[in-house]
Amino acid sequence: MARKDRMSGNEAVSYAIRQINPDVMPAFPITPSTEIPQMVSTYIANGEMDTEFIPVESEHSSMSATIGAEAAGARSLTATSSAGLALMWEELLLAASNRMPCALALVNRTLSGPININCDHSDGMGARDTGWIQIYAENNQEAYDNFIQAYPIAEHADVHLPIMICQDGFITSHAVENIELLEDDEVKNFVGTYEPEEYLLNPGKPISVGPYSVSNYAMEAKKNQEIALENSKAVILEVAKKFEALSGRSYGLFEEYRTEDAEYIMLLIGSAAGTAKAAVDELREQGKKVGVLKLRVFRPFPADEIAHALRHCKAVAIMDRCESYNGNGGPLGSEVTAALFKNRVMITAVNYIYGLAGRDFTVDHVKDIFAEMEDDLKNGRETKQYQYVGLRK
Amino acid sequence: MNNGYEIRWHGRGGQGAKTAALLLADVAFQTGAYVQGFPEYGPERMGAPITAYNRISQNQIRVHSNIYTPDLVVVVDETLLESVDVTAGLKENGALIVNTKRSAEEIRPLLKGYKGEIYTLDAREISVKALGKYFPNSPMLAAAVAVSNVMGWSSFMHEMRASYQHKFAKKPEVIDGNMKALEMTYQALEKDLKHNKKMSA
Repeated sequence: MARKDRMSGNEAVSYAIRQINPDVMPAFPITPSTEIPQMVSTYIANGEMDTEFIPVESEHSSMSATIGAEAAGARSLTATSSAGLALMWEELLLAASNRMPCALALVNRTLSGPININCDHSDGMGARDTGWIQIYAENNQEAYDNFIQAYPIAEHADVHLPIMICQDGFITSHAVENIELLEDDEVKNFVGTYEPEEYLLNPGKPISVGPYSVSNYAMEAKKNQEIALENSKAVILEVAKKFEALSGRSYGLFEEYRTEDAEYIMLLIGSAAGTAKAAVDELREQGKKVGVLKLRVFRPFPADEIAHALRHCKAVAIMDRCESYNGNGGPLGSEVTAALFKNRVMITAVNYIYGLAGRDFTVDHVKDIFAEMEDDLKNGRETKQYQYVGLRK
Repeated sequence: MNNGYEIRWHGRGGQGAKTAALLLADVAFQTGAYVQGFPEYGPERMGAPITAYNRISQNQIRVHSNIYTPDLVVVVDETLLESVDVTAGLKENGALIVNTKRSAEEIRPLLKGYKGEIYTLDAREISVKALGKYFPNSPMLAAAVAVSNVMGWSSFMHEMRASYQHKFAKKPEVIDGNMKALEMTYQALEKDLKHNKKMSA
C-alpha cells in the first residue's frame, strides 16, 4: 500500500536507504548531501536499520571503503556532492573496472571555483567517463524511486557495475514536496537479498580483486566493462517495468512530455525539467507545438533512442547545467548532436548552458528559448551556437 | 501561470525563516494540498539574509524555480527592509507581513511604492510573553497562515500541536508556550484580517 507523505529529496533518499537496509555505508559529509549520512546514521542509532556505518576521514576513503566492503561481498553505498565526488575520482574508476555493484547518492553541486554550494551538474558530468551508471531525478519522488531501482540494476548478472543516483542540490535535496512511499516489505522484496557469486570473504572460492593486468589482457577487460554498460540499458528498462507493476509509476531511459506532435523540443536533465513542463503547458494553451524530453539515464547514453525521439521535430534546445570548457558547448550538447548526426537526423540543434552554480532557471527562460528558436527558424536565421541563459548583461 | 499560492520569506540565518517555510509545507500537506517548501542559500552563516519559499496548491506543482511574483511576503527581520527589496514582484492584491513594533503606516514609506496590504506583528513581544525567549518563527508562521488563509485556523492549530509534540518530544514544556504564541498572534491580527468574516473557527 502506497503511503502519501511529504519529504525533502535528501529525506526521501535516506528513507529509501533505510528500507533497503544495505550492509555497509562509509561516508564523509559535504553540503548539500550531508543530511543523507546524517539521517541514515540516526536510523541506525534508533535501531531502525542495521547497516554498518563507517565515518571516514575523506571522500577518497569513503569510496575506497565502499569498494572494499563491496568486494568482501557486502551491499555497499555512500553519498557525496561536488568536491567530494572529485576527490573520489580514482576510486570511481576502480569501482567500475572491478565491477563493483555499489551505489552512490549524488546530490549535484557545482565544482570550484568560485567556491559555491549550489546546484549544477559539473560534478556528475565530470564523472561521466568513469564507467558508472548515472540516473538523474526531477524531484524527490524520482530520487526515491530511482534509489529503490538502483541495486536490482547494478547487481544484475549482465551488468555488475556501480550506479550513481543523482538529484539536484538544494533544488530537490532541500525542498519539501509531496511524495508517495512504498511499504518497507515491498521495497525489501523488490530489492531482494544480495548474493554475489564471487567475493573476497569466501574461503571456498578464493578470488583476487584489482590485480595488475598485462597489456595482453587489459584491453579485453575494458571491452567487457563496456559491454556490461551496454547491457545495463535493457536491465534498466526491465527493472523499471517491474517497478511500475509495484508502484504504478513508469520510468524509461527518458521521459517524453507532450512531444508527440512537437515542432520544438527542449532536452534537459533534472529538476529544471519540471519548470520546462510547466512552461510547455502554458505555451500549448497558446497553440505552440512544444515539448520536453527529460533525460533520466545519462550513462549508458541512449544515443539512438534520443535521435529517434527527436526525428520529427524542427529544432531541439539541448540544455546543459554544466560547462565543459572545450570551447564547443556542454557535455549533453556534444553527445546529443553526435547522436543526431550518427542517426542522420538533420534538425536544428542549439546548445544552451544554464543554471551554473545555482543560477535560477525559470518558466520565462524556457519560453524565451522556445520563442528564439521558432523566430530564427521561421526567419531563416541560424540560432547562435552555443549560448548562456540567464547571464547578467 | 498557476503554481498555487506563493509565499516568500525573508529572514536572517538562525531566525528560523527556513524552518517556518518547511513547517508550513508540513502542516499544509496534512490538509491534502500539494506543497513545496524550500530555502535559498547565500553565504551560510548566522545573520546573513536568507530567503525561503512556499507553494501551496490543489494541483501538482512542477515548477522548481524561485518565486518572483509572490502572493505573500513575510519579513522575519525588519532590518532587512533597509537592504532587501522585500516587495519586489509582490502582487498588488497580495500582502506583506513584517515583524516589527511599528505600524503599517510607519512601514509603508520604507517600501518601494508597494500599494497592497501590510500587516505588522510584534513577534518579539509575543514570543517573549509566550515562551520567555525570542523565537520569531512561530508567530510569523501563524501570521502567514492567518493572513493567507491557505488552511483553516483550527486545522492549523491542530496540526501544529501534533508537529510540536513530535519536534519537542524531549522538551514537552515548550509545546504549550509555542501554542500560546500562535494563539496570541491570531488575536493580535484578528481585527485586521480581510477574510475574517468567512472564517468561523
